[in-house]
Amino acid sequence: MTTEKVRVNGESEPNEHGYRSYSLGEFTFKRDEHFAHIDWPTGHHVMAVEPFLKALMRDIAWNFFYGTVNFDSVIGTVNHYGNVDLFAGRFNEDYRKAEIDHLENFPHDEIKATFEAMLGDWVNESFDPFAAPQETGSAYGDKDGNNYEAVTRSRVTAKRMVGLPDDEPLRSDESGYAVNRMFADVDQSEPEVSVEPGYENEVSAFSLFKYLSRSDVTWNPSVVSVCKDSLYCPTTEEFILPIIHGNDRVEWFLQLSDEIVWEVADRETGRPRANVVMKAGDCAAMPADIRHQGFSSKRSMLLVWENNSSELPGMIARGEALNVPVKF
Amino acid sequence: MKEYKTVFGSLTNFTKGGVEVINDSPQNYVFSNIFDVASRAKPWEKVAVAKNMEYVIEAIRAEGVSQWRIASHDEFALVMDGQVTIELLDPDSVTADVARTGSMALDGEPSGKKMGTIVARRGHMSLLPANRCYRISASDPSVILLQTIQGPDTVERWASICQTR
Ligand SMILES: [Fe+2]
Repeated sequence: MTTEKVRVNGESEPNEHGYRSYSLGEFTFKRDEHFAHIDWPTGHHVMAVEPFLKALMRDIAWNFFYGTVNFDSVIGTVNHYGNVDLFAGRFNEDYRKAEIDHLENFPHDEIKATFEAMLGDWVNESFDPFAAPQETGSAYGDKDGNNYEAVTRSRVTAKRMVGLPDDEPLRSDESGYAVNRMFADVDQSEPEVSVEPGYENEVSAFSLFKYLSRSDVTWNPSVVSVCKDSLYCPTTEEFILPIIHGNDRVEWFLQLSDEIVWEVADRETGRPRANVVMKAGDCAAMPADIRHQGFSSKRSMLLVWENNSSELPGMIARGEALNVPVKF
Repeated sequence: MKEYKTVFGSLTNFTKGGVEVINDSPQNYVFSNIFDVASRAKPWEKVAVAKNMEYVIEAIRAEGVSQWRIASHDEFALVMDGQVTIELLDPDSVTADVARTGSMALDGEPSGKKMGTIVARRGHMSLLPANRCYRISASDPSVILLQTIQGPDTVERWASICQTR
């Protein structure tokens, strides 16, 4: 748990609302009671501070993720795995036409440090940007304490499989993970495992549904099993995905429970392409040239399946990999 | 307090969503439903429902007793409906061809040391460790989702399982 504020370059003294401002290259970020204000040489943009902080939280927690993380239709980042673009209007057809879009590239560690400092300063004590709307207080108002514990949660990344000795632990009441109110009816029994001596590291099973029913965060895929570069990244979803994810590779969704609706648009322009309605057992690919945002009324379990191969974005850029996973 | 109902699918009770096209082709989303696929599959058929380069996720209708199988890499079996028993064996001599991906079936019963058994129900995920033999049985039709790499027994029939219009 981080208990002390980390100071970064480009950070101002607190303004009249108690919040510091931050600069990254020619971008500046300021907050007041209601809004995040983002300025760059050819334009400026305002976002309500709650969706801004929820998006910022995901961008940091996922280490800029795969491809583009759009905070909204204007602001976002593109991960180049080692360095990161921060942009305004780059993936907005009209901003591009008007030539008021702006993009700057930063070393990964520099933009990460500034984003972390901003999130730490701008999130008040009562607000948890990972929580569902009814499970957290307000993001708005003047500066009122901090919630470093919530904003520095470490993301679960199993090395082989959750529950193995020396790997990510299971979740229980005792370890601080209660069953979520919307998953109160999920079976909590574990599989029956009998192991011959000496095979404790290999004979292993756990209840993934129990594990997910006890997730304390929403829209936060975390790795539970690893087959080389094939990563199972299940997550529990409630309300709206706080970012619009622009793929740089194919990713897959398997709906484990309940229902999510995805709005899919063109990655470059933001023009709508499709709505994808996913119910329990449904399986769908997100092509590598789209952006998508999900909506989940009841908290649901979603298996996000990623191919972590570092060669994929280059292969797609060179036309060696298809934007869609299979042709038929 | 209001009671929420969590909806899981099963072989006998599932509802499909779908792709509502605005300016696109539904084929781009390779949209299927694993219970739909398993309800129309033969026992132990390994039908790919998701594919990303060499990696696949297979929907498997578990019913009766499977062959013994082995892979040179870890695989993970998630039970999505029903109940299965997994037997694991440390083989004396049989080893997976390291160049091979996916699992391969073994003839008959391999000799080796018993490692243990797992009884897994809906929502339970089991490790099928690399270079070990496994056999799965299910007294009632069940559904397994298998995280693995495409192999010789992976079945691809996208046009018949996916939304095309
Ligand atoms: Fe995504």
